[in-house]
Amino acid sequence: MGSTSAHNNEGLGRRDLIKRSAALGLIAVPTMSFLSACASGDSSSDDKVEKGEKSDKNPLAVNGSAPLEIVIFDGGFGTKYAEDAKAVYEKTYPEAKVKFSATQKIQSVLQPRFNGGTPPDLIDNSGAQQMDMGVLVGKKQLTDLTPLLDAPSIDDPAKKVRDTLRPGIVEMGQFDGDPVWIMYYAYTVYGVWYSQTALEKLDATYPENWDDMLALCAKAKKQGIAGWTYPGKHPYYLPFSLYPFIAKIGGSEVLDAIDNLEPKAWEHPAVKAAFEAYYELVAKDYILKGTPGLDHRGSQGAWARGKALFIPNGSWVENEEAAIIPKDFKLSVGAPSSLDSSDKMPFGTIWASGGEPFIVPSKAKNVEGGMEQLRIMLSEASSKSFTASTKSLSAFNGGTDGIELSDGLKSGVAALEKAGTNVVNPRLQDWYVKLQKEQIGVAALGEMMAGRAKPAETIKKIQAFADATAKDQSIKHFKHQ
Amino acid sequence: MQHGKYRFIVGFLVVPMTLYVIFVIWPFIQSIYYSFTDWTGLSPDFKMVGFDNYTKMLDDDVFWKSLQHSVLLAVLLPLVTLGLALFFAFMLNVGGRRRKGAAISGVRGSGFYKIAYFFPQVLSIAIVAILFQFAFDPAQGMINGTLKAVGFNDVPDWLGDPQLALWVIMAVLVWCTTGFFVVLFSAGMASIPKDFYEAALLDGASRFTTFFRITLPLLWDTVQSGWVYMGILALGAEGFAIVHIMSVGPGGPDYSTTVLPLYVYQSAFRDGQAGYATTIGVALLLVTLAFAAIVMRVGRRERLEF
Repeated sequence: MGSTSAHNNEGLGRRDLIKRSAALGLIAVPTMSFLSACASGDSSSDDKVEKGEKSDKNPLAVNGSAPLEIVIFDGGFGTKYAEDAKAVYEKTYPEAKVKFSATQKIQSVLQPRFNGGTPPDLIDNSGAQQMDMGVLVGKKQLTDLTPLLDAPSIDDPAKKVRDTLRPGIVEMGQFDGDPVWIMYYAYTVYGVWYSQTALEKLDATYPENWDDMLALCAKAKKQGIAGWTYPGKHPYYLPFSLYPFIAKIGGSEVLDAIDNLEPKAWEHPAVKAAFEAYYELVAKDYILKGTPGLDHRGSQGAWARGKALFIPNGSWVENEEAAIIPKDFKLSVGAPSSLDSSDKMPFGTIWASGGEPFIVPSKAKNVEGGMEQLRIMLSEASSKSFTASTKSLSAFNGGTDGIELSDGLKSGVAALEKAGTNVVNPRLQDWYVKLQKEQIGVAALGEMMAGRAKPAETIKKIQAFADATAKDQSIKHFKHQ
Repeated sequence: MQHGKYRFIVGFLVVPMTLYVIFVIWPFIQSIYYSFTDWTGLSPDFKMVGFDNYTKMLDDDVFWKSLQHSVLLAVLLPLVTLGLALFFAFMLNVGGRRRKGAAISGVRGSGFYKIAYFFPQVLSIAIVAILFQFAFDPAQGMINGTLKAVGFNDVPDWLGDPQLALWVIMAVLVWCTTGFFVVLFSAGMASIPKDFYEAALLDGASRFTTFFRITLPLLWDTVQSGWVYMGILALGAEGFAIVHIMSVGPGGPDYSTTVLPLYVYQSAFRDGQAGYATTIGVALLLVTLAFAAIVMRVGRRERLEF
């Protein structure tokens, strides 16, 4: 042993010093380098596929040999409709390799790919794990779909795609001016869902005004049936009938003011009147017992088994509860009942709007392919396949001729016809998810409908939440055009 | 034989240390870094915003509620769970009536009980949460069904009631964690020499005295590590899973069951505010470290050799 190294642990020799500093370095080097590192990788967006030949058959100039990747949310609508449309794409472009996957966890699966700058070409951004649209738009992660809307439609080349859509679909995809960031593919009718058969058993028709509604609930209560139930675990279902009710009483501009987060928007008399009407259901004990603790399947199950007459819901309920809705149920949807004769909008006013938001990421490699796939989905044939397999309308205006419509779907189409132009489209649930679901839904409406808070304090609470959202600079804000 | 001692140690430690640094230390450092940015989690571009996230957090009512509930869970759950587990383990190993030929034995049927207590550990936490959600269902659940059958007409809403929801969550957490600690403490008790118990027996000590004078002091190290482990479970994974799956919202009626990890999850994966989420994560890290430090300090005793 040389005299330069220590034999025991009393001194510290040169070699030990080197060893120890090496050990220290093990820890120190990464800590230093993180200052310059950044885990959310750099993205280059210049690895897009080459455009194809533009022609009448191919107005979006799709590169027929480029691969395409589609990710679909596997939820209430299933994936069959998307797979059918994918088959059409493969037939049109036989050289293209199409990668198709379905997941329920949209955000978990796709978030890393957005961060890495390698998202798929078409996404159905839906479900409980929906990626926040406001953030995606604000961070310029989406492609403007205007070229798709201006392209000739598959069925009639003389018509643009935008002219074949149901009312409100294009506007819903706009967040801040002209660009259309989202293509909502399904068309959902929201409202008060009930069984025509159950009403007939009580010798009643759907109550067109609130006094009749209360009278009918009283009648049902005598028979041991509750008037209403709702998913107490997810009280943000209540707005499906409550928001159009507010619009009906005070006009759709009340909802616009609410969406725009205007100060005092919630203090409008129409809001108060609607809240008080709903609170009456609680005060008179017309809500199914235990409702505040039920989840959506629980409340829908109780309602389908005839324990309650009415439930605020959307047209997907027919597919979701297909297994337990009895054959003779005669599922129907009702528009909000009138409060009184001074209502601003006529009976029949209903909330209907797009669902299943499809997006084409701006950093996708094959943007044209993603849009082309949407164009195929918006053809009459694809729309029919969707409606047949999901019992839901699509964004394509039509596509219901020649297929047998289910009870709920028929009633939805009838409700839309009755509404005419009186279709409202509140945007809170697209623009401010947390405000709508957690704050207005669970913390405010949930408490009120469980009988733990009065309408006046609920409104105050919601206004405070809305003001906080309006003030929060970390959230992107949107306005009705 | 000092020659090459360090090389030997470092050689063996270098792989685990590297893994630990890459997969534990490094993400921690990254999280702290991201908590000073406005990263959304949905796009690769973000900028530094200084302490904005932290000031926002301190003004955030939901954060304070989550913190309060998390701390409550971390304080109460170990107390109840470990208390129950100690009692059960003692009864299974030492608490039996004395049969012939054995100085100590468990209660009759202790072999079966051991399996029964450990059973919840085998089930995935998600399944436990879903099963209990059915049991606590106010309309069709087993618990209210039983209450009604016994003649209670005014049955509670359980998870739908802000006064009760958190207690229901805690009860489920106790149910699914106690078994593990019963087995852990049983193993600890098995290593306590039998002569101690025989001596206590000859002196005429009761079960009660035996437990507090012999079993508990000799088990103390195990209890202490169990305490830290249980607290971390309550603050972290298990607490999150049960709340996320069972509670209304999730987060409970009127924020009555929200906990820190749930709020981290919601900020990151629902609101698209990954930067703010990591800020709350940093708060959770501090709470967890503080908890572990307090337990280690308070529980310090001299080690008994046996």
